[in-house]
Amino acid sequence: MAGIPHDHYEPKTGGEKWLNRRLPIVGLLYDTIMIPTPKNLNWMWIWGIVLTFCLALQIITGIVLVMHYTPHVDYAFSSIEHIMRNVNGGHMIRYLHMNGASLFFFAVYLHIFRGLYYGSYKAPREITWIVGMLIYLMMMGTAFMGYVLPWGQMSFWGATVITGLFGAIPLIGEPIQTWLLGGPAVDNATLNRFFSLHYLLPFVIAALVAVHIWAFHTTGNNNPTGVEVRRTSKAEAEKDTVPFWPYFVIKDLFALAVILAVFFAIVGFMPNYLGHPDNYIEANALATPAHIVPEWYFLPFYAILRAFTSEVWIVQFASFITGGIIDAKFFGVLAMFGAIAVMALAPWLDTSMVRSGRYRPMFKWWFWLLAVDFVVLMWLGARPAEEPYATYSLIASAYWFAYFLVILPLLGVIEKPLPQPETIEADFEAHKAASGGTTTVASPAE
Amino acid sequence: MFKTVAISAVTALALSTGGAFAAGEGGHTKDVDFSFEGPFGSFDQFQLQRGLQVYTEICSSCHGLQYVPLRTLSDPGGPQFSDAEVRAYAENYEVFDEELDDFRAATPVDHFPGSNLENAPDLSLMAKARAGFHGPAGTGINQLVKGMGGPEYIYSLLTGYTGETKEEAGTTLYENEAHPGTWIAMAPPLYGEDVEYADGHENDLSAIAKDVSAFLMWTAEPKMMDRKQAGLTGVIFLTLLSVLLYLTNKRIWKPIKKKYES
Amino acid sequence: MSHAEDHEGTRRDFIYYATGGAGAVAVGAAVWPLIDQMNPSADVQALSSIRVDVSGVDQGSQLTVKWLGKPVFIRRRTEAEIEAARDVDVSSLPDPVARNENLDGTADATDQNRALDDTGEWLVQIGVCTHLGCVPLSNAGDYVLDSGVGGWFCPCHGSHYDTAGRIRKGPAPENLPVPVAEFVDETTVKLG
Repeated sequence: MAGIPHDHYEPKTGGEKWLNRRLPIVGLLYDTIMIPTPKNLNWMWIWGIVLTFCLALQIITGIVLVMHYTPHVDYAFSSIEHIMRNVNGGHMIRYLHMNGASLFFFAVYLHIFRGLYYGSYKAPREITWIVGMLIYLMMMGTAFMGYVLPWGQMSFWGATVITGLFGAIPLIGEPIQTWLLGGPAVDNATLNRFFSLHYLLPFVIAALVAVHIWAFHTTGNNNPTGVEVRRTSKAEAEKDTVPFWPYFVIKDLFALAVILAVFFAIVGFMPNYLGHPDNYIEANALATPAHIVPEWYFLPFYAILRAFTSEVWIVQFASFITGGIIDAKFFGVLAMFGAIAVMALAPWLDTSMVRSGRYRPMFKWWFWLLAVDFVVLMWLGARPAEEPYATYSLIASAYWFAYFLVILPLLGVIEKPLPQPETIEADFEAHKAASGGTTTVASPAE
Repeated sequence: MFKTVAISAVTALALSTGGAFAAGEGGHTKDVDFSFEGPFGSFDQFQLQRGLQVYTEICSSCHGLQYVPLRTLSDPGGPQFSDAEVRAYAENYEVFDEELDDFRAATPVDHFPGSNLENAPDLSLMAKARAGFHGPAGTGINQLVKGMGGPEYIYSLLTGYTGETKEEAGTTLYENEAHPGTWIAMAPPLYGEDVEYADGHENDLSAIAKDVSAFLMWTAEPKMMDRKQAGLTGVIFLTLLSVLLYLTNKRIWKPIKKKYES
Repeated sequence: MSHAEDHEGTRRDFIYYATGGAGAVAVGAAVWPLIDQMNPSADVQALSSIRVDVSGVDQGSQLTVKWLGKPVFIRRRTEAEIEAARDVDVSSLPDPVARNENLDGTADATDQNRALDDTGEWLVQIGVCTHLGCVPLSNAGDYVLDSGVGGWFCPCHGSHYDTAGRIRKGPAPENLPVPVAEFVDETTVKLG
């Protein structure tokens, strides 16, 4: 592997050499775990480990739940109750899986926004960013299909509404929707295929995660300064980096333990806080719940989907120039996927030569406004589709697109960045001085 | 009701999606202090037993509990009847046996029967299928402090009849302050002193409604005690692990940071 | 190495070991529920003991119930069946052990050791041939009494059981097993 020069695995004993000539797996693991990592990474660089943990948690609890779940419309709901009431520890495993999805998305949003702030998407890390976006899309698909499996009212009507998005595609929409559902409406065929894909996609995600890690291990981690590790020689590189093990593994595990303590409090004391009560009513194709709301992690994009109604001039304009092919419904779908697409294109939309937001005085404001915008969209997604929420949604959606399509390209031209540190080592040293040097290191016991 | 400030703060930050909004003019839920609220709360065995009596004598004439196995009435943490009591209680119900192709008296391994009336919903999960403290659309912050409000909703509904009625499409509807649509098809099921408790416990409307609401919370979440126990163990252990990892982390980084100490 | 650093070293080691130990405990605590969930669930466990109403069983007839996935023969024997069963020399039997789970494993195969009650009227046994697991037919085989009742015969490979369910002839190695059972009242037998 190219990248930062560092020590590699040297097989010493005969057995090690024998294995290494045939399968250099120990070397691969060694290089992965001992990868030189910028020593100035801050606490926003912990989410990768949290996400890896979430993927493992969801796969393991999921495999266990499958042992007791029945993917059939007549039995799905009662098999969940069987898990909750009869299976040894089943209620806990199910609640962990259910809330694990929320932890997963909570972590992925912080991970993405960290990348946006510190410019982790910029060259040469575009592939890492794009693969990350693919992972995020896969996560959304997996979570959506998983939510259908308990076969409650929200499962059923959520599936009906979201697959209806595909029906909005002009001309071919309806055949696609029918093909997705395996019938005219959400039914047993839909449940079965969603179950199959919900089981499959996490393993695809796991493979993409490997690619994601491979990509940024090739380029090296970004860091809060955005300044690259010096890599002319191993000695130089070692001034800027420490090996991942044990320095960052232990740091990340500490963060993970803190997060899991909070997670267990939620699972133990209020496991249904993030869910919808309606999902404890078995699916009924003849009665729609009063308010259909997606899970919280879909709300920002759900708000964007709903924001573009036929009263909005840009929707009318699009409809006019396409001769009515793009109607409000389809425009909403395009906007929702477009919101993720513009984010994926950030590496090419951001024209600034400076990577980290830390040294971009104007960017900072716009970035934090985007973060607030995201939370506002999330809030709006849970509101009923009525005024004043519709107007707010439109404004918030417009900012989302403006940030990526207008602000990022312009800022690079008009902004005057602050001076960046020469090296990562200099930044690390400065921060040590700022935080009082080693005095903070001493534990109270000393 | 007790929730730790830390949990509230972190989750509130994480998910500022909440805020209750009233649906219609009804939907007013009264808060009740149940024994099972909060991280250390547990079911009151005798309250659950009284609630079962209310359910049996009143609710079960229309409603069912199809997901609740009768044997769980003897489970620890629940009403905790003796095996013999559960067996005797089960015999009050008739269930259809597919092998016999006939009805027979229920045994503890059977479930409670389902609803008798088509428009009377099953009550097994009612306390989780209703959330008194937020509109169905929101994940309201309110429930962080007061809980989901499922049993509170049931209590409010049972005590929320105003006495007004109206006819609509041939059905009589009853005005109820707790019901989101204000008007409900279920006639007032409780008036107070509807059941006579063997232990002489008070049996006014409010007391009976509380007992049956608590019982329905148990039918919806019979493993609540186990869950809180697991959660508490997890939190305590992970906190300990965090402290140890924090100290380890400091130790490991010390020489790296020391280099820059001049 | 200075003295101070040595001292620090031991404390450092302690924290490392404590952290590693706590981590190992965490992993163990996480693994156990994943294993335990595969054990029989509460609804399955609840079926490990069933009660059978035997009030409708006449002398000379047999009630077959399914228990733990297997047929259980609950037979109310006639005087003649009991007599025939008690009239056998235990030492002459192919399997001289009672095979009764209510007794210890060395009890010999007298009829008294196989029957559920003292009079010998009730005989409860798992209806699975000890040869290769077929279900034997009742009132069939070489040990049917002249009246046409009693005894079992396995049609698969021709094992003959007498009126106490003991193997007498054919390939089966053991007597039909007697499960854990008891009368909980006059007319109810509890299995398991």
